[in-house]
Parts: sequence; structure tokens; C-alpha cells
Amino acid sequence: MTVAAAVLPGTFTNGVARGKVEILQFIRDRTAVVFTFAFPAMLLLLFGTIFGDSYDDTGVSVAQVYTASMIAYGALNTGFITMGSGLALDREDGTLKRLRGTPITSTAYLIGKLILVFVLSVAEVAMLLLVGVLVYDMPLPDASHWLTFVWLFLLSVIVCTLCGVAVSAIVKHARSAGAILNVPVVALQFVSGVFIHPITQLPTWLITVASFFPVKWMSQGFRYVFLPDSMKQYEAAGQWELGRTALVLGAWCVIGLVLCLTTFRWTEKDR
Amino acid sequence: MTDGAVEVRDVVVRYGATTAVDGVSLGVPRGRVLALLGHNGAGKTSLLQVCEGFRAADGGECRVLGLDPIADHDALMPRLGIMLQSGGVYPWATAGEILRLFASFSANPLSPDMLIDRLGLRKFERTRFRRLSGGEQQRLSLAIALVGRPELVFLDEPTAGMDTESRHTTWQLIEELRSDGVSVLLTTHLLDEAERLADDVVIMREGRVAATGTPAELTAAAGIDLLEVRADAGLQPQSTQFAAVEKTPGEYVITGNLDAAAIAEAIAWFAKAGAQVTAVNTRRRTLEDVYLALTADATRKAGAAR
Repeated sequence: MTVAAAVLPGTFTNGVARGKVEILQFIRDRTAVVFTFAFPAMLLLLFGTIFGDSYDDTGVSVAQVYTASMIAYGALNTGFITMGSGLALDREDGTLKRLRGTPITSTAYLIGKLILVFVLSVAEVAMLLLVGVLVYDMPLPDASHWLTFVWLFLLSVIVCTLCGVAVSAIVKHARSAGAILNVPVVALQFVSGVFIHPITQLPTWLITVASFFPVKWMSQGFRYVFLPDSMKQYEAAGQWELGRTALVLGAWCVIGLVLCLTTFRWTEKDR
Repeated sequence: MTDGAVEVRDVVVRYGATTAVDGVSLGVPRGRVLALLGHNGAGKTSLLQVCEGFRAADGGECRVLGLDPIADHDALMPRLGIMLQSGGVYPWATAGEILRLFASFSANPLSPDMLIDRLGLRKFERTRFRRLSGGEQQRLSLAIALVGRPELVFLDEPTAGMDTESRHTTWQLIEELRSDGVSVLLTTHLLDEAERLADDVVIMREGRVAATGTPAELTAAAGIDLLEVRADAGLQPQSTQFAAVEKTPGEYVITGNLDAAAIAEAIAWFAKAGAQVTAVNTRRRTLEDVYLALTADATRKAGAAR
């Protein structure tokens, strides 16, 4: 049989082919493009305008701090929300089921989605930095900070995406996905130093709670990358805690992966 | 179990308290076309889902190309072509992009361009999926099922929503698949579709098999060929070879084991009676007659419940 003799394309090849179509899909849905990119940028502009002052004796404006912290929101928005709701939709409209009926593996499916999320996250971060640099005169950091940025950004996107995949399993209808997924996103941003900084304004127990989740560490890390060293006095520990950040995000990668593998479903539950 | 393309034995599918498939057995021999007939809700799609590995059977056994559709999923999928009833295609991607994507999953795909031409999709190649009409989406869906050169295809109501021309193209394609040695399991509501395409027909009713056979066997087994004769009114044809009823004045319906001798005798009776015969019609009972007779009970019951 010629079919059996020929070699099937690998998981990675399939994933890349799917990623291309995912990106095409996304770009063509103009509403999604506008809301995904414009919303965080709009929030940043709003916060920057409303809180126009600076942090004492550091010369850093509140707007610059928001720019750094909001990169965590960018990763959450594209990784967690886009992934979670996209997966719920694919499950509901049968895209996943149809793919299940082809030679491709679930890994190839997820690689395709991951490519989309990754491209979106890079574009999202570029958009936020553009606003920060052009509107709020945020200075760009040196090479060593960019190196930290790379691992931090990758870990953040992976954690958000894995958690998005896992959470999509409890989303019953794609219609409610946005509402469900936004609950942890908004709540965590308030307690993790994204919307409210210095984070030390929060009750200690709330900071402790936030410390169990990745968002606090993501935003703290991005502040390390883009802000001068003197700003560390406003962090909960008065330190940048990069090692601990890597540890917590790494742990969440493992948690997210386990949740993904145990909860992934190709189809909706039987009704 | 034998070496058929599909072997289903005593399969049960339940959704909560509802039993959708209640102990169905059937087999698709390699290189043949089997049509699964039945009303909506007869259990056709549920049975197909078990064969496609989309859900586990709640009882019984299912082998597809000798493999277990769930445990051997990865080995099986490259050899199958699956056409779902609806949905599940990227709405913002174009027909051409979608077909090429699915082609890229296979080791040795058919040429997407060939399929696009054969299924009359060239005009819509650059049209986004969500802008395609129902019939066009169906044709694309069929192309997706066939592009990987499958050994066995599952087609769930393949021609639903298609216009007459596309329906005929689809039938032709299915006939070509068969002559290439591909096995086909399809569900349909269309009796003419089953009669034209199927080597074997399985009629399902309320989750069970109501009848099984080739279209010819099913129509013949019912013993229901008719002879209609138009002649003078008020005659009373009688014979041991056939039964005759004057349905309306001058219109006789003759039934029985109507072989050549019986038909000759019927005509001869009218000749002997000196009747003026103006029309003689033989009517072969179609699959539709058999189908309606077999499923009438279910319809009546459903009607009574309403």
C-alpha cells in the first residue's frame, strides 16, 4: 500500500502549517485584532493620563511603571484569554473534532495555537513598548536586561498559554469564555502590582495570596527589565527576586502542563 | 472477527438515560459501499462516531481496518477519510487554504487542485469558509475527507444541502472510490442515493437494525412487485397465481409471486374476459417502499406520543 509506505509529516511540521492558518484566521477577523491590541494600549494610555505623577527621587513616572507592568497583562491577554477562548470555540464548533479525524496529534494542534499566541504576544509587547517609548519617554534597557526579558517573556507566555488550555476545559460554552477567563485575569492584575503599584499598598495577606500566582512575578520581572534599579524599593520584598520569579514561573509551567494533559478534551462533553 | 473494513458487533451507545444505539452489528467488506439508512435519531451518527473513534461504545465491539478506533487512533487516522455532518472548519480561512492544510497532514495526499476542480470549487477557492453556501461547505468537507487517499471513508449524509448537480458529482466520486477499492460507510436519508451507490444497505430504527441486505435483496425479499392493469370496470380477475384488486373502477392492482408465468396468466385472463386493456404497468417496489414499510411503526409510535 503506497499510503503506508510514504512517511507522515511530523508533529512539528503539522503544527507549523496549522499555526500559519491560525495567524491568517486571526488577522482576517478585524474585530479580534483591534480588541486584542487596542485594549491593553488603551488601558495604558488611560492609566498614564490619570496618574500623571512620578515616584519620589527616582525620576520614574507612573506611566513608565505601568508600561512595564502591563507587559504582564499583554501576555495574559494573548496567552490566557486568546488561547482559552480560542480552544473553547474550536471545541464547540467542531474544529477540534475534525482535526481529531485526521492524522495530526494533539501536540500538533497545540503547537499551532502556541505559534499564534507567541506571534500575538510579541506584537502586543511591541505595541505597549511603542506607547511607553513614544508617549511616556520610557528609556529602553541595556543588553543584559533584554536577556532577562527573553526568558521571562517566554516563561510568561508558556505559563499563560498552558493555563489557558487547562481552563478552557471548564468553559462549557464559547459564548461565556470571555467572561469566565476575565475573572482571574482582572482579579490577579489588581492584586499583583499591575494596576496598583507599589504593591505594598495592599494588605500583606493579599500580597501573600498573589505570590502563589504567576502574575505578580511576571509584572515584577518586567519592572526589573524596564525600570532603573532604584525602583526595587517599591517591590514587596524590596528586591527584584529574579531567581524566585524563575522558580515560581517554572513551577507553574509544570502545573499548567499537568493540568493540560489531564483535562484536554477533543470534543464537548456529552449532553 | 473477519478481515472487513468495518466490523461492528453488538454496539451500544447511551447518552444518559437514552439509548441511541441498542446492540447493532454490521460489517463493511473491503472495497464495498454500505449505506446506513434511518430516520433522524435512529442512531446512525452515534454509530458512526464509535467507528470514527470519537466516542467509546458503551457495549459491544468495533474494529476498523482491523484496529481499535480509540486505542489505535494514531495508526488508524492516516488510513481514514471522515466527512462530518457540519462545522469544524476555520471560518476565516479560504476553501483553498483549508484543503491544502488538511492535505499537508497526509503522507501522500491527492492533489488539492484536482479535487477543487472535480468538486467545482475553483470559483470559491479564495472564498472564506463562512461565506460558502451550505452545499459548497459540504463539497469542501467531502474534499477534506478524500484528500488523504483513505482506504476507508465515513460519510455522514454526504449530499445533504447539495444541489442536484453536486449530488451527481458526489455520487460519481463515491463510485470512483469504490472502483479504486476504497471501502465506504455512508449515512443517508435519500433512498435513491442508497439504491444507486450501496452494495449493502442497513436500515436502522430506534437504535436497532431493522433490515439488512443488498438493495435488490431488500426490494425482492419483500415480494412486492406490482402489476397495474387498466381495463373495463367491474371485472373480477381470479387465479391461484395472483391476487387482483380493483382499486378504482377500471384500475386493477395485481400482486403475488409475479414471475413471467403469473404475469402472462394475468394478461391472458383479461384477454379471455374480452376486456379492452388500455394500459399495463409493472411497478417494482423501490427501496423507499421497503424503508417506509419497515419504519412505519416507529413513525406511528412517534406520532402517537405527540
